[in-house]
Amino acid sequence: MAVTTEAPVISRSPGGKGVWAWMTTVDHKRIGLLYGITAVTFFFLGGLEALLIRLQLAGPDLELLSPAAYNQLFTMHGLTMVFLVIMPVAAAFTNYFLPILIGARDVAFPRLNAMSYWLFLFSGLMIYSSFIFGGAPDGAWVGYAPLSSQLPEVVRMDFWSVGLLLLGVASIAASANFIATVFVMRAPGMTMLRMPVFVWMVLVVAFLLIFSLPSVTIGLFQLFLDRNLGTLFYAAQAGGDPLLWQHLFWVFGHPEVYVLMLPAMGIVSEVLPTFSRKPLFGYPFIVFSGVAIGFIGFGVWSHHMFTSGMGPIAEAGFGVATMIIAVPTGVKIFNWVATTWGGRIRLQTPMLFALAFIGMFVIGGLSGVTHSIIPADTQQHDTYYVVAHFHYVLFGGAMFGYVAGIYYWFPKWTGRMLHEGLGKLHFWLMLIGFNLTFGPQHILGLNGMPRRIYTYGEGMGWSFWNLMSTVGAFVIFVSFVVFLWNIIRTHWMAKGIPGGDDPWDGRTLEWSISSPPPVHNFDEVPIVHGLDEFWHRKYGEDKDGRAVRIASDRDRAVPDGFEDDETGVEDIHMPSPSYYPILASFGLVVGGYGLLYLPWGWLGVGAGMTLTLWGLFGWSLEPITREAH
Amino acid sequence: MSRAEAEPATSHRRGPRGVTWLASLVLFLASCGGSGPQTSLEPRSDIGRTIDGLWDLVFWIAVVIFILVQGVLLVSVFRFRERKGQETEPIQVHGNTPLEITWTIIPAVILAVIAVPTLQALFDVRTPPTGDDVLQVQVTGHQWWWEFEYPDLVDGNGVPLVTANELHIPAGATVNLSMTSTDVIHAFWVPVLNGKRDVVPGRITNLTLDPDADLAGEVLSGQCTEFCGLAHADMRLKVFVDSPAEFNRWAAGQLGSAAAPTDEDLASAFELFSATCTACHQATVVSGGLVETLGPDRFIMAGDLEFRSSLAPNLTHFGGRTTFGGAILANDTQHLAAWIDEPAALKPMDPDRNEVEAGFILGMPDYGLGADEIDQLVALLQSWK
Repeated sequence: MAVTTEAPVISRSPGGKGVWAWMTTVDHKRIGLLYGITAVTFFFLGGLEALLIRLQLAGPDLELLSPAAYNQLFTMHGLTMVFLVIMPVAAAFTNYFLPILIGARDVAFPRLNAMSYWLFLFSGLMIYSSFIFGGAPDGAWVGYAPLSSQLPEVVRMDFWSVGLLLLGVASIAASANFIATVFVMRAPGMTMLRMPVFVWMVLVVAFLLIFSLPSVTIGLFQLFLDRNLGTLFYAAQAGGDPLLWQHLFWVFGHPEVYVLMLPAMGIVSEVLPTFSRKPLFGYPFIVFSGVAIGFIGFGVWSHHMFTSGMGPIAEAGFGVATMIIAVPTGVKIFNWVATTWGGRIRLQTPMLFALAFIGMFVIGGLSGVTHSIIPADTQQHDTYYVVAHFHYVLFGGAMFGYVAGIYYWFPKWTGRMLHEGLGKLHFWLMLIGFNLTFGPQHILGLNGMPRRIYTYGEGMGWSFWNLMSTVGAFVIFVSFVVFLWNIIRTHWMAKGIPGGDDPWDGRTLEWSISSPPPVHNFDEVPIVHGLDEFWHRKYGEDKDGRAVRIASDRDRAVPDGFEDDETGVEDIHMPSPSYYPILASFGLVVGGYGLLYLPWGWLGVGAGMTLTLWGLFGWSLEPITREAH
Repeated sequence: MSRAEAEPATSHRRGPRGVTWLASLVLFLASCGGSGPQTSLEPRSDIGRTIDGLWDLVFWIAVVIFILVQGVLLVSVFRFRERKGQETEPIQVHGNTPLEITWTIIPAVILAVIAVPTLQALFDVRTPPTGDDVLQVQVTGHQWWWEFEYPDLVDGNGVPLVTANELHIPAGATVNLSMTSTDVIHAFWVPVLNGKRDVVPGRITNLTLDPDADLAGEVLSGQCTEFCGLAHADMRLKVFVDSPAEFNRWAAGQLGSAAAPTDEDLASAFELFSATCTACHQATVVSGGLVETLGPDRFIMAGDLEFRSSLAPNLTHFGGRTTFGGAILANDTQHLAAWIDEPAALKPMDPDRNEVEAGFILGMPDYGLGADEIDQLVALLQSWK
């Protein structure tokens, strides 16, 4: 075994520095970081839009924004937060940790993974370029027809439909990849019911996307054709059906809520046991309630349409289904609370966010149950009460969960711990700001304030709580400035305390490898004996069932004799970087721009298809790993 | 009894007092800033109260669950947080199947209990009222105004009562709204009376209004709640709940025609009106004993009903309305003059895209009228009560 520091097989893997290395990388960890950094950037853009919205609504009859600008900003805020922030943040965690958590060295299709990321990035940039090219989409993120098909000469909603179609391609590719990874890449002994809950939730999400995206894809195609080629799918006066769009959209849109939510539930299910120093209470119940949510989630879409006049029979059915989905959700919450009970709870920042996740999600869940009371929903629908509800679910729930995940796994990404004091400051500011922003919106909605209005009159009684809500939004903003500063000082200024491989005394396999992990993740593929594999390598149980340390501090999953010995990994073949994924994605987006400006745009569509085909052929014919010389 | 007297007696029982405090806090916060004219929490109709009753039931169940779950979570965090120097590790409990089955079943039972009154109420409030005493109103949603037609209230020529943005209904009556839209989806919502119902092009949706008898003389606020484009926020409406006698008086007045003016100033304004405004607006005018409806008659079909789909609000009795422009502007000389001078300055609109022939209207254009002409038009319109 020759000791060659430039071991060729390893150096061909994406370990290089510089922009080109990142653009051609197929390493799931780098792609995960790219997803994460991109999502955080979009998060600040979407947050900026939210602040402008809140400023406009801070008092009655304000004229900070024109109605046209306001409609663009709230549409882009929703679009950004759903498709360009929460989904990719989840994808970031999934990319980085899914393979590691199941003891794999990469995802099943590394180059497809790269293509998904680049397509997501380019689609996001394309949607945002609309601000330069004649205005951003302004028909709300749900794009209800026929409003969205009403002004075909204004290109804004085409950016929305084409952008979402491309994002859908990226999501389908990523989902197929994750499913294949879970099914075929698990380490020996990693049975399905030994997988961490996060992996389970991500698996459910991948299936949700694969089955729900086709529905909205059809809808978006029809809408695009209505707008650009004169079809009449949604034109009521020509016999088309505007409600068809709502069905096609929400058959996707409701599972999408769980797409945003379940990975955060998975993260919290990892954080709570680690910081309670107890196993997750009722692992099978949590897993199967997540699967149940996935299934039932396909049967509740029309509760977004209780005012559309479907008739009481359909409304009754969807109302009851909506109530039923509260049951598995409740099971999860009770099990999380029980996980903390009797533990040795360390109130470090990730745990604070995970606990707040439970608290805020309970509020969002309960207000969700009030939506299933159909007659009451006809009062709440399309008011600020609904805005409050879904922010309690998606911000108070999902975002708190993802922020918990960032604090939890930051040492694994960078080797350094985020500052605890700043973390706690971030936590309290965010918790207070969040509740100040969205709590009052329940009251506003019940007092009759509709959503998506750019102004309201003085006599409506909405002024006070709107002002509070605006103040709260700025508190949230300050909290994220603290967060950003914490990240910058910890990582880029290298002031963070080194965390070592296992800073939290973790339970799952990612803590058994170095921080940051090597390109190939595991020097030797781990053999898994149970749930919480890494914990059980460190702890046994005494006769009372209390945890007892059994191994030495040095218990990384590295076989004897291979520690810090680079030669031990010489034979690990990692896929080589490739420029074809980014080329194929780029072609798709060029084609997308072409579709916006038909008929001359057909030239762009042609050019885009050529680029994509070039990418796909090159990709197919390129050997996975370059020959060693 | 003052709170100070009550406190010592309950101070040792922290739980119930906490609940009381929290409940009062919620109520106090909810009352901050007032409830306002569009609140759904102070209904003034049977249907509104049915909905509010369901809301109250679910709200208080939710409050109890909220306190229980958050309470247990907080107790757990405080009781089991790591102490300084703590050495003992927790017992590694993996789960408890009976417990988990219990807390799967309990929420299911609670939801089943909620489902029964919900479904009962649903079928109650969603069944359109029948009978001869039901007042029928056909509602057409437009970008960005409301058109109301009373098909059973007709004048001598069989022309039904038509008005815009301000709906008059008799107190204590039952009103069936049949609604459609001429362009995009809107939603009709007057929270004090009932929940909202979407107004969908190509379809008929129904909503029942049953205002309390003691609402007579009050004016209720409502607005469009389905995002419908540029001026969605300015698509509001007023509901005048009249006493039955007042309603009949109002309806009789609305069924009459406007008088073509005879004095010289207004006569030239009327000429201007006939030459310009009637491209979109309608007005039924009596002139020299002859009744004539100026302006285009437009209709659309939805289901088996014919709906009025006027290009712009009917102005026959414009002077009698308190507001205009989607019920956002007071109907006075100053606002009306400003509106005619430059409509887009008072309400967001996009008249450059109008295609009058195709019936596609996104607002009123600026006709570049002189100040004198505007003053005369204002006087003319205000004379048409």
